[in-house]
Amino acid sequence: MKILGDLFRDYRFIFSFIVLLVILILAILSIFSPYDPTLWNVVPRDMRPSAEYWLGTDSNGQDIFWQATFAIRNSLIISLIAGLVSRVIAILVGMVAGYVGGATDRILMFISDSLLVIPLFLVFVMLAMLVREHMNLVVLGLMLSLLTWPWDARLIRSMILSLREREFTKTAILSGTGTVRLVLNEYMPFTMPLIFSTLINNIGFAIGLEITLAIIGLVDLMTPTLGTMLNWALFYQSTFLGRWWWVLTPVVLSLFLFIALYWQSVSISEYLDPRTRIQRVGA
Amino acid sequence: MTGKKQPILRTEQLKAFYILEVQGTQKIVKAVNDVDLTIYENEIYGIAGESGCGKSTLLKALFNDFVPPLRLVSGKLYYRINWEKEIDVTRMSPEEMRQLRMEYISYIPQGSMSALNPVLKLKETYKDFIGSHLGSQSREEIFELAYKQILALGLPKNILDLYPHQLSGGMRQRVTIALASLLKPRIMIGDEPTTALDVVVQRGVIQMLRTIQENFKNTIILVTHDMGVHANIADRIGIMYAGKIVEEGTTEQIFGNPLHPYTQFLINSLPKFGDKNVRHSVPGSPPSLADLPTGCPFHPRCPHALEICTQQMPGFSYPDENHKVACWLIGEGKHEQSA
Amino acid sequence: MNNLLEVNELSKQYSQGNVLARITLTAADHVSFYIKPAEIFTLAGESGCGKTTTAKVVLGFEEPTSGTILHNGKLQTPKEKVWITQGVQAIFQDPFSTFNPLRTVDRYFFETVQNLILAVNKQQAIDLIDQKLRLVGLTYQEFAGKYPNEFSGGQLQRISIARALLSNPTLLIADEPVSMVDASLRMSIVNLFKKLRDELGVSILYITHDLATAYYVSDRIAIMFRGNIVEMGTVEQVLMNPRHPYSKLLRDSIPQADPSKRWTTTVTLSELEQEEYLRRGCKFAGRCPDVMEICKGIVPADLNVDGVLVKCHLYSDKQEI
Repeated sequence: MKILGDLFRDYRFIFSFIVLLVILILAILSIFSPYDPTLWNVVPRDMRPSAEYWLGTDSNGQDIFWQATFAIRNSLIISLIAGLVSRVIAILVGMVAGYVGGATDRILMFISDSLLVIPLFLVFVMLAMLVREHMNLVVLGLMLSLLTWPWDARLIRSMILSLREREFTKTAILSGTGTVRLVLNEYMPFTMPLIFSTLINNIGFAIGLEITLAIIGLVDLMTPTLGTMLNWALFYQSTFLGRWWWVLTPVVLSLFLFIALYWQSVSISEYLDPRTRIQRVGA
Repeated sequence: MTGKKQPILRTEQLKAFYILEVQGTQKIVKAVNDVDLTIYENEIYGIAGESGCGKSTLLKALFNDFVPPLRLVSGKLYYRINWEKEIDVTRMSPEEMRQLRMEYISYIPQGSMSALNPVLKLKETYKDFIGSHLGSQSREEIFELAYKQILALGLPKNILDLYPHQLSGGMRQRVTIALASLLKPRIMIGDEPTTALDVVVQRGVIQMLRTIQENFKNTIILVTHDMGVHANIADRIGIMYAGKIVEEGTTEQIFGNPLHPYTQFLINSLPKFGDKNVRHSVPGSPPSLADLPTGCPFHPRCPHALEICTQQMPGFSYPDENHKVACWLIGEGKHEQSA
Repeated sequence: MNNLLEVNELSKQYSQGNVLARITLTAADHVSFYIKPAEIFTLAGESGCGKTTTAKVVLGFEEPTSGTILHNGKLQTPKEKVWITQGVQAIFQDPFSTFNPLRTVDRYFFETVQNLILAVNKQQAIDLIDQKLRLVGLTYQEFAGKYPNEFSGGQLQRISIARALLSNPTLLIADEPVSMVDASLRMSIVNLFKKLRDELGVSILYITHDLATAYYVSDRIAIMFRGNIVEMGTVEQVLMNPRHPYSKLLRDSIPQADPSKRWTTTVTLSELEQEEYLRRGCKFAGRCPDVMEICKGIVPADLNVDGVLVKCHLYSDKQEI
């Protein structure tokens, strides 16, 4: 709890924390939605925001407010899966490559670099077209995670490479510590800020990627996400027709989400940075 | 050399503290705590003391390098430039100070690798340095001079065509010193210039500094914890403890007749070659500069501490000409000139 | 009775450079020495002489290119974990890097106790740790729960020694243990080595370039230069009456804490390091004051000069070892 207290001194953390809390509450609210998001024409179409329909209604006959709660929930699920799975892969690959070195390192980095260099987006589009029938939130999340692990694996690997040369590695070895325990106990505290900040970045990136794919039409448009909402809004020419409440809802929500995630990641990783932590330790 | 030497750098009750904000609370590190120093022309002055006594900060202060969190809290710093009257340099503008640096006073950093740009050949670093201090006409001449200086100081002739990482640590340190002395500064300040070096290389570096001083007849201020180095190069030595100078004298006086208990410990803790008798380190540890004891800062470790030592800091006593010591065992000292 | 440690013709080569131009540097060149139980043996020399490389190979961190190492008569297998199998421990140069700045120091102690199975429960572990800490002048109370930056350099180095002592080693390898400690505090560490030898019978391989402390604490000494041992014998013989020109240079370059003993002669420093490594013949020929023609072409043999091993052509009338 002391950690939270320290973090709360940073205005960026406070702001982003509040925003994320609000967004989370909205996502949870989706459980209480009076309308089924997959149905059409449950309410009158194209109504302006009013007391009855807080954010108005869209051209499909859905209440935008409740639609948005589902959209947030689903987008968050996708990006959380993408972020967490890619972390795990990146950590495993980076640590093994960094500490073991040799041929293992070369093979792993070869795979990682190839994924970085190939224009993955196109591959992704192809894959998406292939699995379109089976596309659901989890599958989409997993596919997104494949795009983002290589970069971070390399970052983690280079941290491990330099940590391996430090003298406390030798001390740990002389204390009889095995390889796995050593990497976890000794190096994790150093890599934590990196892992944490890239996690949050990844979540943001995954949301953006999902929106992009949705606008192109590669995801299941029946499932409400921030991206699909935007797709429908554009499809129905809502900007042209002046129905600002429909197109602005996902845009504003995404903006807040991105800024909040960014500020979270910056303030937490500054807090966790080993250099500032060392100053605080034992003070 | 006849006639009395003129002081070239002087501090008056200098106080320089680090003011830090850690977790919302303020921490004040009293690194330079009321120091009066007078350094003369044409001498090598050594500052000795353990790690954490504030000697590196004192050097930064003498170099007029008060970068936050280091602040000049009170006191004055005078340079005597061009043999005229003293100037209080703490009031100078950054541009005036920049001019002074390298031409009047230069700094040899500890850990020479960071002083040389690793991606430039030494030749380029030299050109950068010369170019920033002189107009283009004299640049060619200075470069010629630099080349001659390198040869004269015993460095290999092709060294300017190399990158810093191709040289050993000792070589880099010598190049750094050559660069620092290029424009014949009146004062050269070195912070542990020989600490990380091998013993033969250390000897070479000390030789080089002595040669430079003999040729230019300038002043070198050297900080190191190694009393052996001081014995070999310094004319006068100041012993620093917890931010204060506690004893000062000529090298012969300090080694032949050390008066302050701390100085005695320092000298007796060094192994004498050929002598296997048991020797002991200085007992205890130096105090934290953020949390100093009352009175004389050495009293917790001093075997002869008196009652008054815990209450008041002693002033300087002068048992001999040029030899001053701040210790209640020696005398009361002058309180207005406390160390 | 077996020697505690025997190093025979140890060589270690590294290749440097890139695909286009590779050179092979011999960091350690047919190094041979032995250490008896309860003895302090010094490997002295400047940086680049091969002493740290030798230590790494003895510790099992690196594999030798050729040569053998015997612990108590048993051959050391490549990369053997001698800290587990042979009772060898080590301490290093920089006390502040020896411990992870983000973890408390006591964690390393508890890990050592757990991994090497030195106690059966936590209380026993604490007692053991406290006992070893007292040997170096500290107590468990003032040490528990603290991070490395709460201690001074000298204290950390002593803590490092305490950790090495947990498993009751017979051989302690100390790689430049006092180089980064203030000159005035070195005695406390070095006195500790004497105590370990006299009271616990521990042997110490003391690696340093500081001949003053080497003289003070060691029994026997070997002077290394660019990968070769150039002189070896008891510390009285080698340091009081050095025979090899490099040993003389090393000894004369120690700065004495006595202004009347200032250096009067100047010293020429080496050419670029790499050139010296690749010399044919004696590697010191480039700056030896007594150099002869033969030195530039032929590597000197190890000669026995009054019980001291000297690798120099000046003594070619003596017997080879």
